[in-house]
Amino acid sequence: MPEERTSFGLMAEFESPEALLEAVRQTRAAGYRRFDAYTPFPDDELIEAMELGSTLIPPPVLLGGMLGGAGGFFMMWFANVVHYPLNVGGRPLNSWPAFVPITFELTVLLAALTAFGVMLVLNKLPMPYHPVFNVPDFERASADRFFLCIEASDAKFDLSATRAFLNTLHPRLVLEVPP
Amino acid sequence: MDNQGDKLWRTLEELVDSPEFRRGLEAEFAEQAGEWPDTIDRRRFLQLMGSSLALAGLYGCWRRPEQQVFPYVNPPELVVPGKPLTYATAMPFGGYGIGLLATSHEGRPTKLEGNPDHPASLGATNAIGQSSILMLYDPDRANATTHVGSVSSWGNLLNTLRPWRDHWRSRQGAGLHILTETVTSPCLADQLRRLREAFPMARWHVFDPISRDSVRQGTRLAFGEPANVIWRFDRAKRIVVLDCDFLFTEPGSLRYARDFADQRRVSIGRHEMNRLYVAEPSPTLTGATADHRLAVRAEDIAEVARFLARCVGMEMTGASPRLDAAQIRWCQAAADDLKAHRGSGLVLAGIGQPPEVHALVHRLNVVLGNDANVEFTEPVEVLPADGNTGIVPLVEAMQTGQVEGLFILGGNPAYTTSADLNFADALVTLSKARSTDGSFKNLTVHLSQYYNETSFRCQWHVPQSHCLESWSDIRAFDGTVSLVQPLIAPLHQSKQDTEVIEALLGELDLDAYQILRRFWTEQIGNQDFERFWRTTLEKGIIEDSAYSPHRFETQSASVETGPATTADRIGGNETFEIVFKPDYCVWDGTYANIGWQQELPRPLTKITWDNAALISPEDAERLDLTTGEIVELAYRGGSVRAPIYVMPGQARGSITVHLGYGRTHAGATGTGVGFNAYALRTSDAPWFGQGLRITKTGRRHRFAVTSAHHTMVSRGFNGRAEQDVVTEAAGTSSHGHDNRRLIRTGTLEQFRKDPAAFKHEEKLLSLYPPFEYDHNRWAMSIDLNTCIGCGACVAACQAENNIPVVGREQVLMSREMQWIRIDHYFQGPPENPRVYHQPVPCMHCENAPCEVVCPVNATVHDSEGINNMVYNRCVGTRYCSNNCPYKVRRFNFLQYSDNVHPTIQMQKNPNVTVRSRGVMEKCTYCIQRIAKARIEAEKENRPIGDGEVVTACQQVCPAQAIVFGNLNDPGSRVSQLKQSPLDYGILTELTTKPRTTYLAKLWNPNPALVDHAHTGPAA
Amino acid sequence: MSTEQQEAIRKTTAVLGGRHTSASVTDKIGSTVLVRPIKPGWLVGFGIGFLLTMVLLFAVTWLFIKGVGIWGINIPVAWGFAIINFVWWIGIGHAGTFISAFLLLMRQDWRTSINRFAEAMTLFAVACAGMMPLLHLGRPYYFYWLLPYPNTMAMWPQFRSPLVWDVFAVGTYATVSLVFWYMGLVPDLATFRDRARGRVARAVYGVFALGWRNSVRHWHRYRMAYLLLAGLATPLVISVHSVVGLDFASAILPGWHSTIFPPYFVGGAIFSGFAMVLTLAIPLRWAYRLQDMITLRHLDNCAKLMLVTGLIVAYGYVMETFMAWYSGNPYERYVVVNRALGVYAPFYWIMIVCNVLITQLLWFRRIRRSTIPLLIVSLLINVGMWMERFVIIVTSLQRDFLPSSWNVYAPTVWDWLIFTGSIGLFITLFYLFIRVLPAIAMFEMRELVHEADRTAPAPARVWAENHDA
Repeated sequence: MPEERTSFGLMAEFESPEALLEAVRQTRAAGYRRFDAYTPFPDDELIEAMELGSTLIPPPVLLGGMLGGAGGFFMMWFANVVHYPLNVGGRPLNSWPAFVPITFELTVLLAALTAFGVMLVLNKLPMPYHPVFNVPDFERASADRFFLCIEASDAKFDLSATRAFLNTLHPRLVLEVPP
Repeated sequence: MDNQGDKLWRTLEELVDSPEFRRGLEAEFAEQAGEWPDTIDRRRFLQLMGSSLALAGLYGCWRRPEQQVFPYVNPPELVVPGKPLTYATAMPFGGYGIGLLATSHEGRPTKLEGNPDHPASLGATNAIGQSSILMLYDPDRANATTHVGSVSSWGNLLNTLRPWRDHWRSRQGAGLHILTETVTSPCLADQLRRLREAFPMARWHVFDPISRDSVRQGTRLAFGEPANVIWRFDRAKRIVVLDCDFLFTEPGSLRYARDFADQRRVSIGRHEMNRLYVAEPSPTLTGATADHRLAVRAEDIAEVARFLARCVGMEMTGASPRLDAAQIRWCQAAADDLKAHRGSGLVLAGIGQPPEVHALVHRLNVVLGNDANVEFTEPVEVLPADGNTGIVPLVEAMQTGQVEGLFILGGNPAYTTSADLNFADALVTLSKARSTDGSFKNLTVHLSQYYNETSFRCQWHVPQSHCLESWSDIRAFDGTVSLVQPLIAPLHQSKQDTEVIEALLGELDLDAYQILRRFWTEQIGNQDFERFWRTTLEKGIIEDSAYSPHRFETQSASVETGPATTADRIGGNETFEIVFKPDYCVWDGTYANIGWQQELPRPLTKITWDNAALISPEDAERLDLTTGEIVELAYRGGSVRAPIYVMPGQARGSITVHLGYGRTHAGATGTGVGFNAYALRTSDAPWFGQGLRITKTGRRHRFAVTSAHHTMVSRGFNGRAEQDVVTEAAGTSSHGHDNRRLIRTGTLEQFRKDPAAFKHEEKLLSLYPPFEYDHNRWAMSIDLNTCIGCGACVAACQAENNIPVVGREQVLMSREMQWIRIDHYFQGPPENPRVYHQPVPCMHCENAPCEVVCPVNATVHDSEGINNMVYNRCVGTRYCSNNCPYKVRRFNFLQYSDNVHPTIQMQKNPNVTVRSRGVMEKCTYCIQRIAKARIEAEKENRPIGDGEVVTACQQVCPAQAIVFGNLNDPGSRVSQLKQSPLDYGILTELTTKPRTTYLAKLWNPNPALVDHAHTGPAA
Repeated sequence: MSTEQQEAIRKTTAVLGGRHTSASVTDKIGSTVLVRPIKPGWLVGFGIGFLLTMVLLFAVTWLFIKGVGIWGINIPVAWGFAIINFVWWIGIGHAGTFISAFLLLMRQDWRTSINRFAEAMTLFAVACAGMMPLLHLGRPYYFYWLLPYPNTMAMWPQFRSPLVWDVFAVGTYATVSLVFWYMGLVPDLATFRDRARGRVARAVYGVFALGWRNSVRHWHRYRMAYLLLAGLATPLVISVHSVVGLDFASAILPGWHSTIFPPYFVGGAIFSGFAMVLTLAIPLRWAYRLQDMITLRHLDNCAKLMLVTGLIVAYGYVMETFMAWYSGNPYERYVVVNRALGVYAPFYWIMIVCNVLITQLLWFRRIRRSTIPLLIVSLLINVGMWMERFVIIVTSLQRDFLPSSWNVYAPTVWDWLIFTGSIGLFITLFYLFIRVLPAIAMFEMRELVHEADRTAPAPARVWAENHDA
């Protein structure tokens, strides 16, 4: 049972992506794990630096696609062969070549929806409230500023020590993130 | 009454002068008389079958006639809702009887079919016969007795009549005139006899715009007495026709069509065909079936006749024939053929030809020993006893003030009489004349179904009962008498001619039923009258009532002196010959207000909702006229504006116009359609004459044609594709075997030599295993060889399947709805091409392209291989129509079916869905009839027998060209026909596997003319 | 500096002019919506679009009252403007997805500044397209019978029908495009949320931003999902117009029944799509001074793609004609003759001129890099592609197998009103779009700036720009 925290964590603001990248590297080196960086655009080096590993998105997408395809073909086969067989233009009941297009479309449809859905779920979006927004100036994370936030939940987190550590990374300023 | 009288007379003063005022007059009568024209354009397609709502709600109920009527086979006790009853009755066509079997659903007659036992029908009707049921329900029918345009009553008329009757009694009937159309009713004849007894000085006139006077006068010339002529096509092997459309205009045309077709039908066993030569000015159904057709001006027909006579060795005086080489060659070939077939030939002339030609023709038949093939009986028409009985003496009498009372029983003389007679004006003068005390000087009464051009010129108008509302009797072309029994009580306060005459005689309490029974009781006698009555009504005809043919001693009357020919033979140069013809759809104008008829494509032209001035391609080219150009036709003082139609096969120098159009008082449907050819007609030469002048107006008219088939003979790249339409049998084909051709044809000789040459076996590859149809496999076979292209099947289908009328504007947009259409293809030179008729219903393809593309399973196959159309599942993507190579599908682009007029709805077949807007529809092989047969068969636990299912088109076909049946029954007629080497399907290379296939068209050309026969008969 | 470095500079700079920084691009794009007041120019354009949309509503109302009979369609030409417009619009849509998905996979950085409004264009075009088949139904209120849904009558759609394929293809296409577009929008919506002045605006943008906070962890998954969507959308865009092509190819009608249709339709679709992209981009960059973000290089590249696809289309025409002759099928031959010489010959020749001849101008760099001529060419190609659909649909139906059923088709005023009305709807939606959403993907532009900074500092970029003809 962790004690009631007074803050969400410490937020350091940087001018440039390069500075942030350096900061992230050092933070990891310093042994912090529960921290996050905020940038106005995706940056591959940063992502590597944070060593986030797999996104876990592709497998469910593959699954969704296969489900869509199989389900689609089954629907058509069931409707034409089992549920309501009809002689349509002398074609066989199971005219599978004619079922290909819809099978394909449903594959794509379900795969695409899964991709989007899984992304939202794993990112825990939509998220109406998040402490980082309490940091003044944080809105510039969506424009031209770069932030690093070490969260209080990190085992190594200590308000004063962590603040001192962050200051060594030459940020513009370091602020405490209220919960 | 009087002030209304004043009102009328003020207007009539001017009426005589200004035609446009007549329209004003109608407006004045509008409240009562019911006038239409203003509203037509605005709400036309909803109003096609009429605009009067006067009948709303009144007639939805069962209207059983008060008197006892007898069903054809099943006794009336068996009346079960949903189970239709069939009654035998008869309808008049040009005054002559055609036996009918009328189907009645819960007391609503819904469909007319021919009575197989009736000699003039043999089970068939023509298109008009099919459509006449719509006349019964026409909302535009006059629905009340009117006096000077205001609603009055039959009783009032009787009151007015009483003093007149006494007056005429005192004067032996002098001044009393009765005008009827052609009459063949024995009962009416008897009444007229009574009338003459009561009023010896009374005069009875007969006028029919399409009369058979020339035929009777012809026999009078040849044999000294008028006679009725009956041809035996069942016996004739070589037939030479001189301007006679015996497949349509003759009272026996249906019988003739059957006999003629039977002689041309080439089935597996039979390899015989008759040979038909036709000389005529303008292509007719008859000419289109001819092996050798000669396009010749109506006037020159006499020349042809005389030259024929010369060729068969008759003594001929008079000038040498004025025929060109081709005509002479044709005549010689025909004459030789006739001589070679002594006794089995037949020469005949049409009503349009003068008596001299008829006389000559009779003589020819005698000389050629063809007596057996022509039968003469006493005239079936009831003819007035005294001599001068036509319309001309009547008009003279009217103009000289000898007429006090004029009773016009039926017909529409004010419209149909020749322009030069001025009958209409004479009638107005007669009606408006008043004596010093201000009362009417004369009495004019008109009895007709519509308040028409004649009605508003008479003081009184009495609605006439439709034949399905009437008790009467009528004679067929051979004299056979049918009793006409009603299927429904009169929808309006209508009367019959017999009742009017009875009223004249003072017998006011007798109705038509009693009058008819009184007459026949006198004929039959009281003993076993009831049995006679019942059996006759059940059967539809009186046994052995046909006149027995009798021989004539051919007195060598001066037949050699041919008809006097007009002095100037300017021909094509600046004046033309004008030829008048009855119209295939509206006859003499009587059927002008029937939507089905107006929208029925005219054979050979495919025009709907119009008539035209037909001109030959050469003349058109010379005068630089094109189809649709409006010209002024001036002829003997009369003149009309008419649109030109360039008719392949029209004789040079001859212009043909059809009667029955340009009506001013037809009703919402018929008023203002086409131009009035009567305006050019003269009483001395009713059928053709010289001196027609054509002047261009520079204006154009769009014909609502249902098929652009006239491009068949056009040049340019269009022509290319079109020439590919016809494929000749092996040897004569320029393309060799090509199953892509739509018409397969050849000569009888080729068929005799090598029937296999007609068969094109084709290997159709398919990835799919075929479906098994183990129960029934419905299929249809259409014999192009016997099809005469009359269009009766189209009308029958329309009547059976509740097919709506869409109107001229929609036809112009190519949205006609008929489920079966008749395609025409021309072959050979435009001057005189061969014609092919091809009825095209749904092919019910086993691999139906339409079904595969339907997104909602709205059109699918059933277990018996019928390509079903599920109306209430259809969402209207119209993809099926796009993918139908035969384009037999029809779409309800708008709300076409009339859901406004209750009487129209009374006609609807309850077993067929009435389609709504936005739904596709097409031929169903009359699936309702299949279902009926299936129910009967299952009740008796047996398979459906061959011939039990008869589609509407098959049933009506006079030539029996359509055969429907079960392919799984090897004995069925359709199975056997499909075995014939002549059997072929169209567009089969698409692997559609059509269930509807055709039998190839065969010609039987005369070897002497055969080189012409290839490019076109006697080109 | 080294030549390859210079090349690298030129490559990136050509797609991004001026001394742009993350802040400046954000400001510039954001301000067009958030700061810039509504200008009369916009009002006029929007007004016209809105007026035409009202015309559309009017025409559609009358259509529903009277039925499809108010159009010129008949038997045999049972398909008319509705289907022509459908194919035309759906084709236009394709460029958007092609740019945003296919070019993303190809790592074409120049897509960045045009993909957003191109995708918007796709959505609006698909909306206009999707409307047409419904209006064209004889009984539009039963459109849902084309969808599989459980019902007691056990009635299903007829899955062999290309029209049902269409329903699924277009439905999927619309859905995926929307998702793809919205997903791209999320970070930019966050930007708007953070920059918007009014509380309402903040709230609205905030809701749609889903609480996006630019976390790198989020970017990580976002990137992957976006890439996958692109991977899925690319075959989809190919399939959709192939299916539309099959609407015709799977019929037996001469002029339709042709195996080349699917590829030839896809080519035509992208062809017309890029024409529409340019038709929109050229005025847009002028109106909002975006010449430094939508640079001549973008126009150049679009033009090149137009040229390529145009050649594919031309090949299609040639092949149709050749196969008609080579097949020896009289009907096919006749269709070709009839198209070139028949009643509708003018339509055919306009099509040839616009799609084949005019397109050849794009061989010239001058044309490709001068806006006005390029705009004119694009407009002409839009016309030409509409003509192509008209020719394919009407001339084939007008004269098929049986000469007896040949006839002509003449559109009525209602056909025209609905067509122009649909254009109005498209304009209206687009004008609304550029006022409420970022017409250019801001976060991707920032990324681009970042890339550029990495290759060379701003001064070098200016130098490179000056040396970039």
